[in-house]
Amino acid sequence: MSVHVTAHLLVLRAGPQCLVQDRGRPGLAHLGVPRAGALDRPAADLANRLVGNGPDAALLEVLLGGLHLRSTVGVWVALTGAPAPLRVGARSAAHATPTWVPAGETLRLGAPPTGLRSCLAVAGGIDVAPVLGSRSTDTLAGVGPAPVGAGRELPLGVPARPPAPGADTPRGPSRGRLRVDPGPRAGWCGQTAVADLCASSYVVRSESDRVGLRLDGPVLRREARGELPSEGTVLGAVQVPPDGQPVVFLADHPPTGGYPVVAVVRAEDLWQCAQLRPGEAIRFAPA
Amino acid sequence: MHLVPVGPHALLAEVPDARAAGALAGWVRRQDVPLDDVVPGARTVLFDGVRDPEGLRRLLEQAPADALIGGDLVDRQPVEVPVRYDGEDLSFVAQQWGTDEAGVVEQHQCLDLVSAFCGFAPGFAYLAGLPDRLAVPRLQTPRPRLRAGAVAIADTWCGVYPSASPGGWRVVGHTDAVMWDVDRDPPALLAPGTRVRFVAR
Repeated sequence: MSVHVTAHLLVLRAGPQCLVQDRGRPGLAHLGVPRAGALDRPAADLANRLVGNGPDAALLEVLLGGLHLRSTVGVWVALTGAPAPLRVGARSAAHATPTWVPAGETLRLGAPPTGLRSCLAVAGGIDVAPVLGSRSTDTLAGVGPAPVGAGRELPLGVPARPPAPGADTPRGPSRGRLRVDPGPRAGWCGQTAVADLCASSYVVRSESDRVGLRLDGPVLRREARGELPSEGTVLGAVQVPPDGQPVVFLADHPPTGGYPVVAVVRAEDLWQCAQLRPGEAIRFAPA
Repeated sequence: MHLVPVGPHALLAEVPDARAAGALAGWVRRQDVPLDDVVPGARTVLFDGVRDPEGLRRLLEQAPADALIGGDLVDRQPVEVPVRYDGEDLSFVAQQWGTDEAGVVEQHQCLDLVSAFCGFAPGFAYLAGLPDRLAVPRLQTPRPRLRAGAVAIADTWCGVYPSASPGGWRVVGHTDAVMWDVDRDPPALLAPGTRVRFVAR
């Protein structure tokens, strides 16, 4: 028989947005449930590997830092994605490196100088109750745990393995063009829709969120064809609403939509959409 | 059936109508194809997260004609949704249908509907089977808040709002039936392929 303290994190400050995310809940789109899941998937996978978690463990997705928390037990953590300065007590800790947080010590994330979303993995994973097979918060339909706020206690799972420092190196800061394949309704915006999309740069609008990266740039003109009956949409779909300004569908996108999808961003490039700040410019390129 | 690629891991099948979409979605699910999602739409089925897109394309090209007909549907018992016909648009719908409110209540209960696809919100099923002549235009400006269980019509679709939300459909009544419950399997009462009848109570 063992007596032990319930392992949980106490959130002291949540910053602009802090969400529990894992790999999401694919397979329920036909019931109207968005997939959700960490927006910067490679960063989430790396953070979990660094602390010895399996790939399905839930972690915290933190928008623009500002998170302060304390753990009831000593835990390994790792921060990836946007390089928010990480402090444990008075010490600063390295990015993308397993870091020991002693019981009762306060962990603080500052604002990242670049990027938007950091992933904070904790050994054992965030062990909130799964909903429909996932611990992810879906911001569109409200499925899954509530967004994390100050005062919240987040239960921790039991660490499966020791941390794995150096198991991986974080990716460089380099970003490139978002590679696209033609979408199923490219013809709705003229014969040259994909070429038009790739011809100019687009600026990220401040309304962008986990549902979609909303862009501002040359209008993609729709040819008159009437209404598109609702149809299933994919992650990375570049949808063109009536105003002609494209939206790249991210993890919380609606499972069906009635606006034409002219292109689809390659999955390998989608992490960039998680890190682009409003006002930054991007370009598309044919895959 | 026309097949359109949607990036490297997804395929969109274009079919004649919602019933064909539902039938094809059901048929592909029974073939145990390794994929993440089968999403019927109004005139399409999206296959997403497909491990072997070429294999799926061959399977669809060789699909038997009845994969689009869904002959098993008539054998299924309809889910009965009890309705209080107290909707704010009952008289508007009566006008559109060229009848009175009692006529709407009677005809609405005669509809043999099938859940074609879900969208808008988890568990919001687009129910097909309203004849074209009974199509009803949606509101120009959606109401800011409809109650959970609002039983409504728009174009040739019938539906039930699973939770309180803004809505532009014409409301004919309300139900206490729970459309969406994450602790139920499946969580949607009216999952695609479900036959549905409305019953006055």
